[in-house]
Amino acid sequence: MSYKNYRLKIFEKASLCRNFENEVFKRVNEKLINFPVYLSAGQEYVPSSIAQIVKDKKQKPLIFGQHRGHSIYLSFGGNIIELIDELLGKKTGCTRGMGGSLSINSNKINMFGHEGLMGSNACMGVGACFSSAKPTIVFLGDASVEEDYVLASLSWAAKKELPILFVVEDNNYAVLTKKKDRRDWKAKDVAKAFKLESYDIDDQPKKIFSVLKKNLFKKPIFINVNTKRLFWHSGAGVDEEVKGDRLTIEKKFLGKKADKIHRNIKKKIENLWKQRLEK
Amino acid sequence: METTLREVIKQITFKHLKKFKGQVFGQNLTGVGWVAGTLPKLYEKDGVIELPMADVANGGMVTGAALVGRRPFYIIRYQGYNWLNCIFIVNYACKSKEIWNKPAPMFIRGLSSEGGLGPVSTSSHISIFYKMPGIKIYSPMTKNEYTSTYKKFMKSDDVFYVSEHRKSYENKIEFKNSLKKNLDIILMPISVTRFEAEKAKNYLNKNGYKVGIIHLYELKPFVLKKKWISMIKSSKYGVLMTDNDYVDGIIRTLAHKINEQTNKKVNVLGLKDKSAGYTLKTSNFPPSALEIINKIKKIKAKKRL
Ligand SMILES: Cc1ncc(C[n+]2csc(CCOP(=O)(O)OP(=O)(O)O)c2C)c(N)n1
Ligand SMILES: [Mg+2]
Repeated sequence: MSYKNYRLKIFEKASLCRNFENEVFKRVNEKLINFPVYLSAGQEYVPSSIAQIVKDKKQKPLIFGQHRGHSIYLSFGGNIIELIDELLGKKTGCTRGMGGSLSINSNKINMFGHEGLMGSNACMGVGACFSSAKPTIVFLGDASVEEDYVLASLSWAAKKELPILFVVEDNNYAVLTKKKDRRDWKAKDVAKAFKLESYDIDDQPKKIFSVLKKNLFKKPIFINVNTKRLFWHSGAGVDEEVKGDRLTIEKKFLGKKADKIHRNIKKKIENLWKQRLEK
Repeated sequence: METTLREVIKQITFKHLKKFKGQVFGQNLTGVGWVAGTLPKLYEKDGVIELPMADVANGGMVTGAALVGRRPFYIIRYQGYNWLNCIFIVNYACKSKEIWNKPAPMFIRGLSSEGGLGPVSTSSHISIFYKMPGIKIYSPMTKNEYTSTYKKFMKSDDVFYVSEHRKSYENKIEFKNSLKKNLDIILMPISVTRFEAEKAKNYLNKNGYKVGIIHLYELKPFVLKKKWISMIKSSKYGVLMTDNDYVDGIIRTLAHKINEQTNKKVNVLGLKDKSAGYTLKTSNFPPSALEIINKIKKIKAKKRL
């Protein structure tokens, strides 16, 4: 596969996530969804790139995401209709209408739901990986990685040399508190101190690929990926206009083909939402 | 030679590891004492996993092991550490079946002992688990009770908290309830206080009282049997419950449940509502036989007035 085609594939996944989140944004504003919703628009290139790499390696990891999980779910092939239904609180939802936005779960893609205590998924992921010896991915935020129990989990994963990947989707925010106001260390350095192979990169698919191609699931790896959150921490709103998010950059680079893909996916998702709302 | 409860726990653990490919997690397991002799001398290759000194994370890691179906045993060597260990167990493992349809069956062995360690709670400390949904709690003090609890666990996909007591490990006997109509009072002891309650009952019955006893070890779900209800209703002074958890812990909840179903007064004796020091004088011990006897005498005297 040519590199451009590879990027197109990732773009397709990311476009699905972005269009989905834009649609949820509308539905929240229409008050069709009334519980807290955590939109991942802007950050979708992190799970999309990783999902593509994992797919190419023909792996089916255990996935432990946290609250901002729509793009993780969709990138790894979670059923869209079931996610729509979940957000509409229907029994046919991926978590039988109990999960809302924060606690989505899918047996089909081995995604475990989150219970809302930030960072807990690092502990569960490490335990599940240790006891099953299955490849595992834990998605965290730049704030969750500060939790003491996350650090303890990193340490044990390193000690036991588990086939696990820790991904920090670093959007610089804990709600609205910036990283510089919370700590003076880099997650990558702390992970390295625990003897993990660790990286601090931006969300270019090429960079993500280059750090994962060799050792993914052969040893524990920690990547801190700098990315941008387009919308509010929770709910549908905009804190400040974000320039240069990854999807926009990639769309521009990939040109007409990407435009077309994006338009088609947008239509598809709008239709799916309409259908599920009419049901 | 008759076996002790200690031996039975060890045999169950061995079988769980060897036959069912289970795992045992905990801190400082494979060393001095081997968890008061209740753990077979096995290591990581056999499924006995030494966890780091990270109690909060450990509870979550064992939850992960449970989620992938290894039916882990999780040993908490002093129940005072429950505060740290319970977080992800009650917030994730216990909820996982109901919310995500992904059970996380685990068998938590929480050890308690009797005072003497100052501010670290050495006694039972299960109240913090008790109020949360999705957990089953047992406090077996005999071999049959322990075996039956384990069998229940193997048929279930729930989280089990098994509240043990170091003093019971030497125990070889089984307890029997003693119930009849029109008793003065019925004792309902929990955990290690069952040994003292038996002594108190025997003493009082030799001294003109009519005291019955219902041994409690299935704490959650808590079911009051029909026979118990009718015996309690026919008693003069109702019930005295004893526990080695704090007096404002689960016995108050259970007492209320009993009261709701029998309309009888339920008195409670547990650990006192105070912080413990290290000396005999300042420690916080569970109710002794003497304290139970005195309490019953008081209840009777008060009723007469
Ligand atoms: C243990 C815990 N502490 C605090 C919170 C409140 N809280 C919810 S989300 C959040 C910020 C998380 O930030 P980060 O991990 O960077 O993820 P992001 O929201 O940026 O995706 C906080 C503090 C929580 N849910 N759980
Ligand atoms: Mg963040």
